[in-house]
Amino acid sequence: MSTADVWLVIGLCAAVTAAIKAAGPIALGGRELPPWFAGVIQLMAPALLAALVCVSALAEGDEWAVGADTAGVAVAGVLLWRGANVVVGVLVAAAITAALRAV
Amino acid sequence: MARERFRSGCRAAIPYAIAGFVLSMSFGVLAVDAGFPPAAAIVMSAIVFAGSAQFTALSVMVAGGGVGAAVAGAALMNSRFLPMGIALAPSLPGGPAKRAAQGQALVDASWALSARGDGSFDRWFLFGATATQYLTWFSGTVVGAFAGGVDTEKLGLDAIYPTFFLALLIAELRSGRAKGAAALGALIALALVPVAPPGVPILVASLAALIGVRRAEGPGGPAGEERAP
Repeated sequence: MSTADVWLVIGLCAAVTAAIKAAGPIALGGRELPPWFAGVIQLMAPALLAALVCVSALAEGDEWAVGADTAGVAVAGVLLWRGANVVVGVLVAAAITAALRAV
Repeated sequence: MARERFRSGCRAAIPYAIAGFVLSMSFGVLAVDAGFPPAAAIVMSAIVFAGSAQFTALSVMVAGGGVGAAVAGAALMNSRFLPMGIALAPSLPGGPAKRAAQGQALVDASWALSARGDGSFDRWFLFGATATQYLTWFSGTVVGAFAGGVDTEKLGLDAIYPTFFLALLIAELRSGRAKGAAALGALIALALVPVAPPGVPILVASLAALIGVRRAEGPGGPAGEERAP
């Protein structure tokens, strides 16, 4: 990949990201939305976040994959569920993943 | 009042900002390893400021994909900001240009943290939370871009990204319906992984939120009496 390509990708990614972030607020802002919509919005975060977690911890490209990182994330998940701070969770996840890869 | 909310947002995001620092540091290391000039890695974090999109574009380029494929991958990864932006929209005042500008503060942790739980969002809180994260996202990339020779896999840094989102998710699982939406979203995404391009499984998983359609109002909100049961 050439340096020109790198800069081109960066510029286009910035433009596309800004457009995507602006789309919702431009299309729907300052408008009273129907009540049923609030019920859907409340569930958007759990649905999207669960998808992000699963895809990043349980898949590699277009394949399901369970690896050292999956174990690290799972242990961190138990700690987070019991009220651990996100920084602790992240450090534990990285440490366990690294330890499993070292053996 | 606004200043107070902004400050609360700044503080609330600190743990996520620290995790983001490590994450963006690993982005800086990987980007420079892949042949990015350090300045390019830093500028990308400064003006794109979307971790999953940056990692996706980078990995497409490393795999030999072209400019178009890299940008498309990043766009698909960011497509989750469409439903998030739609959710946020009614909480943003002003004309279209002003709302579009405010929408730029949209990042995952800020969005999740600023949700009031009734479908509305605290925008000053969101701006504050994003400010803290922007600071560490930028500075983490600077450190990573000049660190050099760090093996991020060996250090287990790739486990940070899913853990970051898991922490946000766990904070969201207050109700049975939220758990249902999470389980359904996870199933949809995993089912689509083998057949859809990266990013699409996550976008489609947002459809799981439609199970909330039946219950119109959040707790304490005025009930939509006119609705048929």
